[in-house]
Amino acid sequence: MSETFDLIPVLPELFLVLAAMALLMAGVFRKDEGFGSTTSLAIMAMVAAAVLVWAVGGDERQTTFGGMFVMDSFAVFAKLMVLVGSALTAAMSVSFLEREKLGRFEYPILILFATVGMMMMISANDFIALYLGLELQSLSLYVLAAYNRDSVRATEAGLKYFVLGSLASGMLLYGVSLVYGFSGSTSFEVLPRIFGGDHPAAPHLGFIAGLVFIIAGLAFKISAVPFHMWTPDVYEGAPTPVTSFFAVAPKIAALVLFTRVMVGPFGDLVDQWRQVITFIAILSMFVGAFAAIVQTNIKRLMAYSSIGHVGFVLVGLAAGTADGVQGVLVYLAIYLFMNVGTFAVILCMRSKGRMVEGIDDLAGLSRTHPLMALTMAALMFSMAGIPPLAGFWGKFYVFKAAVDAGLFTLAIIGVLTSVVSAFYYLRIIKIMYFDEAIEPFERVSGRAMGMVMALSTAVVLLFTFLPGPLLTSAKAAASVLFPQ
Amino acid sequence: MFEIGLSHYLTVAAILFTLGVFGIFLNRKNVIIIMMSIELMLLAVNINLVAFSSYLNDLVGQVFAMFILTVAAAEAAIGLAIVVVFFRNRGTIAVEEISQLKG
Repeated sequence: MSETFDLIPVLPELFLVLAAMALLMAGVFRKDEGFGSTTSLAIMAMVAAAVLVWAVGGDERQTTFGGMFVMDSFAVFAKLMVLVGSALTAAMSVSFLEREKLGRFEYPILILFATVGMMMMISANDFIALYLGLELQSLSLYVLAAYNRDSVRATEAGLKYFVLGSLASGMLLYGVSLVYGFSGSTSFEVLPRIFGGDHPAAPHLGFIAGLVFIIAGLAFKISAVPFHMWTPDVYEGAPTPVTSFFAVAPKIAALVLFTRVMVGPFGDLVDQWRQVITFIAILSMFVGAFAAIVQTNIKRLMAYSSIGHVGFVLVGLAAGTADGVQGVLVYLAIYLFMNVGTFAVILCMRSKGRMVEGIDDLAGLSRTHPLMALTMAALMFSMAGIPPLAGFWGKFYVFKAAVDAGLFTLAIIGVLTSVVSAFYYLRIIKIMYFDEAIEPFERVSGRAMGMVMALSTAVVLLFTFLPGPLLTSAKAAASVLFPQ
Repeated sequence: MFEIGLSHYLTVAAILFTLGVFGIFLNRKNVIIIMMSIELMLLAVNINLVAFSSYLNDLVGQVFAMFILTVAAAEAAIGLAIVVVFFRNRGTIAVEEISQLKG
């Protein structure tokens, strides 16, 4: 037993967790709240962690913790997305939380811990590592949802999220225990050897049951239908900066994890899980398209919109090919910028000294805040999938992968629901540009908002002209999961 | 003689797990009961893991069970904290009263 213990692959996580603990100590011992400075330091720590991820992750696949933790280009791609998402949403939340008198130093620290959890999830190479990463993330998110502890709605959102999230963890664990019992391993490297190779073993019924439980547990975490009930309530109840965080980083991390689990340990059982994934993809796209139409609260609308997006991402996963996974990664990267930008606009919706959340409150935005309306319009067109904006290409790659894999019905349903969902995105544009303004929003200061809006608009508009870097890195990342 | 084997353990775990899931959905009274149901689900998983571990002569299952116990403790702490702040705002923890958010 002379195994060397190499901590280099896990360096970004170690750095981030140490930074979070140092900031926690600093926050506890200082006299003032120190919200702004802690947030800035936390954002710097995330940027540094992103640099470390970039430096540590080469083309080579590295593992540590006895093979439980893997660092490959798939993980690098996903971790960079998560870190960018967390850092941008943290930067956006400063002015909002200070105005609402919610600025406490615990907020950035909880975000840091959740981010570490997400990075552990992304790099998990064993069900034990997966569970620990997932719980580190979830426990931080439960607290974040109830962060506004004096508000009934926020604490109710936290409570609902906690109960349903724990239920999901329980189902996931039950599935893992069955998979472990019927295959004898929890490692993502041993499992494919049992069902692949020259003499594939036929999976036991108990193993398939475990697989279904695992899918159900993970579907809760990515809020795919029929396990989505918590999403609208939590998105509406939680403070808006928390919602913007929920909509971006944890969703990306959970989807990446879902992808790794499905095509990694269960890659050879694609015929077994494809029907389940197809089923939840179709349901998610339907609910995302139809349930959003009747919403009046923009945060609830974004919740249903994200359920729909999860459905589209699952179309790529259902294909089960390297192209499908590439589509998933491209979609998630575009989704990241679209959502961050949209939430930057939502965070600026403030009139008569308080935050407003109604879709009708956007009326006449084009005359009062033309730039903001333009940003929102570009993002909504992109989310609806109007070419040549980025959102169209995201959908294009997942649908193309599905068609190449012979899943024509799925692709057709995807296109149809995407047309339906265009209705409510375009309605927002109509309200902004053609309805009479009721009350103009107050000027919300904060350079961070403007920068995030400009960045996301730029990404959405310019992706068509410069898709190369994203596509090639996503392709390289996806190919890691399909060793030849 | 009547031997207690793997399948008995798995049956007990399955029954406990089902009780836990039904406890969450059918319970109309109290959030604390929901938390107990969650704990019941996790313990059912632990029985499963330890039974399989002993059956397979493999320690991974028992190590996993230890991790689950630890995380379950942290989870219960956070859950109770959220229940406490909810009670402060609402004055009740009856399940029917958790109804501000709808749609």
